[in-house]
Amino acid sequence: MNLDQEQPQEQTIEEIVASLGDTVGEARVDNPKMTCTGVDVFYADKQAIFGVDLDIGANEVLSMIGPSGCGKSTLLRCLNRMNDTIPICKVTGQLTLDGEDIYGKQTDPVLLRARVGMVFQKPNPFPKSIYENVAYGPRLHGLSRNKADLDDIVVTSLRKAGIYNEVKDRLDQPGTGLSGGQQQRLCIARTIACSPEVILMDEPCSALDPIATAKIEELIDELRENYSIAIVTHSMQQAARVSQRTAYFHLGKLVEVGDTDTIFTNPRHELTENYITGRFG
Amino acid sequence: MTISLLLLLIFILTATGYVIGRARVAKMRNQVDRSERPHSLPRYYGYMVAIYTALPALVVIILWIFFESTVLTGLVSKQLPADTQALPQGQLNLILNDIKNIAVGNMSQSTADPVRTAAADHFSRLLDNSQWARNILAILVALLGMFFGYRSIHKDQRARVFVERAIMIFLIACSSLAILTTVGIVFSVLFESLRFFDKVPFSEFAFGLHWSPQTAIRTDQVGSSGSFGAVPIFAGTLLISAIAMLVAVPFGLMSAIYLAEYASPTARAWIKPLLEILAGIPTVVYGFFAALTMAPLMRNVGEAIGLTVASESALAAGLVMGIMIIPFVSSLSDDVITAVPQAMRDGSLGLGATKSETIKNVVIPAALPGIVGGVLLAVSRAIGETMIVVMAAGLAANLTINPLEAVTTVTVQIVTLLTGDQAFDSPKTLAAFALGLLLFITTLILNIIALRTVRKYREQYE
Repeated sequence: MNLDQEQPQEQTIEEIVASLGDTVGEARVDNPKMTCTGVDVFYADKQAIFGVDLDIGANEVLSMIGPSGCGKSTLLRCLNRMNDTIPICKVTGQLTLDGEDIYGKQTDPVLLRARVGMVFQKPNPFPKSIYENVAYGPRLHGLSRNKADLDDIVVTSLRKAGIYNEVKDRLDQPGTGLSGGQQQRLCIARTIACSPEVILMDEPCSALDPIATAKIEELIDELRENYSIAIVTHSMQQAARVSQRTAYFHLGKLVEVGDTDTIFTNPRHELTENYITGRFG
Repeated sequence: MTISLLLLLIFILTATGYVIGRARVAKMRNQVDRSERPHSLPRYYGYMVAIYTALPALVVIILWIFFESTVLTGLVSKQLPADTQALPQGQLNLILNDIKNIAVGNMSQSTADPVRTAAADHFSRLLDNSQWARNILAILVALLGMFFGYRSIHKDQRARVFVERAIMIFLIACSSLAILTTVGIVFSVLFESLRFFDKVPFSEFAFGLHWSPQTAIRTDQVGSSGSFGAVPIFAGTLLISAIAMLVAVPFGLMSAIYLAEYASPTARAWIKPLLEILAGIPTVVYGFFAALTMAPLMRNVGEAIGLTVASESALAAGLVMGIMIIPFVSSLSDDVITAVPQAMRDGSLGLGATKSETIKNVVIPAALPGIVGGVLLAVSRAIGETMIVVMAAGLAANLTINPLEAVTTVTVQIVTLLTGDQAFDSPKTLAAFALGLLLFITTLILNIIALRTVRKYREQYE
């Protein structure tokens, strides 16, 4: 079989993206916490995100799925300006948090990151004690007036992250000594301790075993009461389990977005259907 | 036949061994029956035969060279007349030296007395015989080794394992060479120091506050009673090193942080090599700079603000030494800071820390062991530095902590003690070894303390 016959001509990414058409589904929600409007992201000359419109609603979990390299992590990192640390990365379009432009001149990325916390793919606790890991953010932002206050924040955050009972006897021991799943929940506790409004999670379970994953998923469901959450995941079951809305990305383009139930039971775009049924290569 | 020719011959034999060993097995590999095929690839059998050829022969040569001189000297001295043999060891050695010199032609035969000339003839005959015996024995051993190796080739023989083990033993031998040299240096310094402590009590050396190593050369000389209190010069060493570290550590660390965290790739590409040029300047040149530029500058500035600054001051030497050490600290710290995983920085930035907060709270603690390692190297460099101090800090052994006065250091004193015109077993010269020993012990203790501190406080990532 000749491979050339299957792909008659070389298309540029721009041409493929153009052929995908407009985003299918409901990109907007009634009470948005964060919004993206016409967001383009470039790494040097290479465009990674093409005109994305997307809302993250208050107290909802939005999951972002799609094949590797589709730009979902890139978009996530735009939401708290972590992309600022990459010199060649350029973001255009409008992103807002509570209606304020987060790339505006008045916005301080440091304060933004305190309001929009992030949990990373690989657990990355600091090489400090468990207590110090959680106390790190509150100390930076002056959230506590005294030691008792700080203790209180640390314990509450660890409780919310569902790890307090496992570590309460060894708060002075290094966070790096915990198991992978515990480390990830410690990182979530660390994020919660800054009392953010939005939590971004970049494949938080990809380095964890199924039991640890189940615990994190339960936790995400509980956290939804107080926070808005955007989660990037490669596991479609995970997206189906934890999220209310799902966005499907392809080659930097938002192809389809809508209620998780609708996306998984009745996808409207062909690419979405191929991907969630596992027919996508 | 000279030694180089012999080595060439051994090499040719070794190569032959490789070829025939390999060829013998290459034939066996074509066996139809798998169990009849040799264990390893042919080249390993070649290596094995080569090792059997070369190694014993080389050992023979080395041992021969090692013992040749002792044995020959013993034989020659037995031939000497009885009254010469009865001479004290020192004089006998002198005569034997003469004989050897005559034998190899460094001394004209006509001026020597006939006994020595005869002995020299005897010596050169013996030397000739010895060389022939050595060559024949070495070649014989090589051939025997090759024969043995070749004969021992068998399909079940594990040549690959043999070669791997030989490589491991070779590597162990290489690493033990460095260790043995260090042990040798320590012992040679130790024994000379013990001779010194026979003449000057250890307590006086270690706790004495006065250093003036001028001992009398002649017995009737006046005004030269040596005193060997090492405290002032150790104080001087520590003072100058401390000043140098006060300059080098902050500046080196800050420039490393800038280079690793803030500098754009272009800036980094320019600044890093420029900083490293500092490390390439010879210390003598730093010495000029310290003595001719810094010291007068210090004095003028000091006078302007009403301080008395000696024309050779610890401050000038320490400052210049500190500048010299900056690239050590910055280059090593830069490497370890860059090695801190990006995930650590992301985690901190993602919690809303600023760049400098991230560096202070996460990056530096994680990089601390490496940074301390770099600083330790810099300290050893500062303590061992000689040239700058000779030129800029002077030779006066003042016991002071005032950096504006002239002080001297251990290394400078070692240099001045050993370049004097004293007999080699005088206390003045031997004092150099004692100083060296004490300096070695000091740096060793510093290293141990620092390593323990690091192990206790380091924050280990991964």
